[in-house]
Amino acid sequence: MTDVASPTVRVSTRPAESRRDIGIKRRYAAERRFRAYGISAIAIGLFFLAVLLWSVVSKGYTAFQQTTITLPIEFSEKVIDPKNERATDPKQLMTANYPLLVRDALVKQLGIDPKKRPLVKQATDMVSDSVRTQLRDIVTADPSVIGKTIPVTLLADANIDSAFKGQIDLSVEESKRKVKDQQVAWMNELADAGVLGKSFNTGIFTFGASSRPEAAGVGVALVGSAYMMLIVLVLSLPIGVAASIYLEEFAPKNRLTDLIEVNINNLAAVPSIVYGLLGLAVFVNFAGMPRSAALVGGFVLTLMTLPTIIIATRAALKAVPPSIRSAALGLGASKMQTVFHHVLPLAMPGVLTGTIIGLAHALGETAPLLLIGMVAFVVDYPGSPLEPATALPVQIYMWANEAERAFVERTSGAIIILLIFLIVMNLGAILLRRRFERRW
Amino acid sequence: MSEAAVEKALDQKMNTVPLKMIGKDVSVYYGEKRALFDVNLNIRENTVTALIGPSGCGKSTFLRTLNRMNDTIENCRVTGRITLDEDDIYDPSIDVVELRARVGMVFQKPNPFPKSIYDNVAYGPRIHGLARTKAELDEIVETSLQKAGLWNEVKDRLQEPGTGLSGGQQQRLCIARAVAVSPEVILMDEPCSALDPIATAKVEELIHELRANFTIVIVTHSMQQAARVSQRTAMFHLGNLVEENDTDKMFTNPDDQRTQDYIMGRFG
Repeated sequence: MTDVASPTVRVSTRPAESRRDIGIKRRYAAERRFRAYGISAIAIGLFFLAVLLWSVVSKGYTAFQQTTITLPIEFSEKVIDPKNERATDPKQLMTANYPLLVRDALVKQLGIDPKKRPLVKQATDMVSDSVRTQLRDIVTADPSVIGKTIPVTLLADANIDSAFKGQIDLSVEESKRKVKDQQVAWMNELADAGVLGKSFNTGIFTFGASSRPEAAGVGVALVGSAYMMLIVLVLSLPIGVAASIYLEEFAPKNRLTDLIEVNINNLAAVPSIVYGLLGLAVFVNFAGMPRSAALVGGFVLTLMTLPTIIIATRAALKAVPPSIRSAALGLGASKMQTVFHHVLPLAMPGVLTGTIIGLAHALGETAPLLLIGMVAFVVDYPGSPLEPATALPVQIYMWANEAERAFVERTSGAIIILLIFLIVMNLGAILLRRRFERRW
Repeated sequence: MSEAAVEKALDQKMNTVPLKMIGKDVSVYYGEKRALFDVNLNIRENTVTALIGPSGCGKSTFLRTLNRMNDTIENCRVTGRITLDEDDIYDPSIDVVELRARVGMVFQKPNPFPKSIYDNVAYGPRIHGLARTKAELDEIVETSLQKAGLWNEVKDRLQEPGTGLSGGQQQRLCIARAVAVSPEVILMDEPCSALDPIATAKVEELIHELRANFTIVIVTHSMQQAARVSQRTAMFHLGNLVEENDTDKMFTNPDDQRTQDYIMGRFG
């Protein structure tokens, strides 16, 4: 069946050397070179990313641990309220000499002669000054503790904290360092007794600004940043999406809309500090809004984020195939129905990604906030966006200016917190993209 | 009566068929460029009218003037008069949404919405409020899919995405979607150009059946297709209507030399 006479196959006998040289080797070499450039570019990028992360994490991870001293504190009535006036004079509990309680407990724990004042001073220096407010809060919250002895976990002073974490070089001459030999000895003694130890530092997340590193945290900054992100999201998403839909789907294409488009693209590239100046001039000086307030910060960041969101949304709308629009219009859907039933849902992944990236950008923005006065020493949580607050990157900026060792680690710690937020937001963008992505 | 006899009877009735749409002196401009020159073309009711001609001759442009899809193109201007059952469709009092509900369209490339098969078909009736209850909507979807000859293939997977169907099925889904709005006229812009011969045959068969209930205008590049599916054919060339005639006559003994040349494949 298959013995059909096969046609004679003629093999080309042209010798190899007579073939045209079409530069095959050269082309492949060029391709290999190009690949090598690409790979090395990525490798360099990864290397610097690794260096950045390593330097931040290696300096900052200790910020998430805090040395504490747990002492049995006797809330002695003699010290707190010697004249028994607390029922009539509420100031009594506020102004009592609480550090004295800690001093007594320390002296007792370490067995120091209370009359040797320099020694006692050295011992009390081991505990943070924040004990005053800490003990006061305990007593005012529950005055019945007066007269009782209860164990209280106190923050160690930043220097002891650093020493206990091994960050202070003890080979340096004693007079040239902040931690004395006697304190180191006590520190080790307390550590052996299980009284002094490291624990997870919740304070860095909850405390407000403080000049004492051990009592400083990003709590106020987190709240300020959260307020601002909320304002940015609530304002820039609807405004940005509405503007993009109008420009992309409804507006006639003419000189004016071209001009608007060029300007939006330019605004996206305007340095953020210019937005800060604008905010200062318009919101603070002209409109009379409060300085240092998250509300103004949110407005300024909204202005800064809008171009990003508009550009991303327009790109996403453009990427929706025109055949979908034709299909809807051909069925008799109105322009509005076409956009909201078909085009926008399909563009949603792009819109959300653009929004989250815009928000992440805004979260890390510092310069405009400095101009509107958010670089403030804010101790108390802002109760509303109208009260003074700071923001996470501004807090980092402020801590980076402090000289103490403990602030160095806290600066890196705050950077880690900021980076984690950014990573979470970007992950969210990726997940939303995956979740909503539909093929057509 | 045999099918052939029905066919013949229909064809004989042809010249007495009422006119569904009348195009009078229709010219279309894209900015400065004129794409159609005073076209006078009538569309007969319950008839398949094929528009043929070489690429860029204006046949798709004319088709799109019939449901004002040209409105969506920037700088596009239409002059002349097109009526649908006596209504001037370019009259300011005519709402384009209502017009497109009466004159549906099927596009060159199948373009189902990235939604379920059910939602694709139900979308038109939903926005036009054609069904008051879920049951009514279900019925519209079923009959539309049946009319499009797709029901048996998809009845068990109505909730699956329409984009997951094969190309031919997608195009029939698009036809079902157009049918679901119960239009009077269905415009088809090269509906088979992206389909293989088997899918094409199915769509052509479908066009044949739809003719009983709808007036169909189809743009096609395939002479054979025009000959197979249409009763009337209009030949366009360089923006002019060259000839409009019964399809049988057009393909056997056209009045115009250019038609003859085009059909014979001498240009185009």
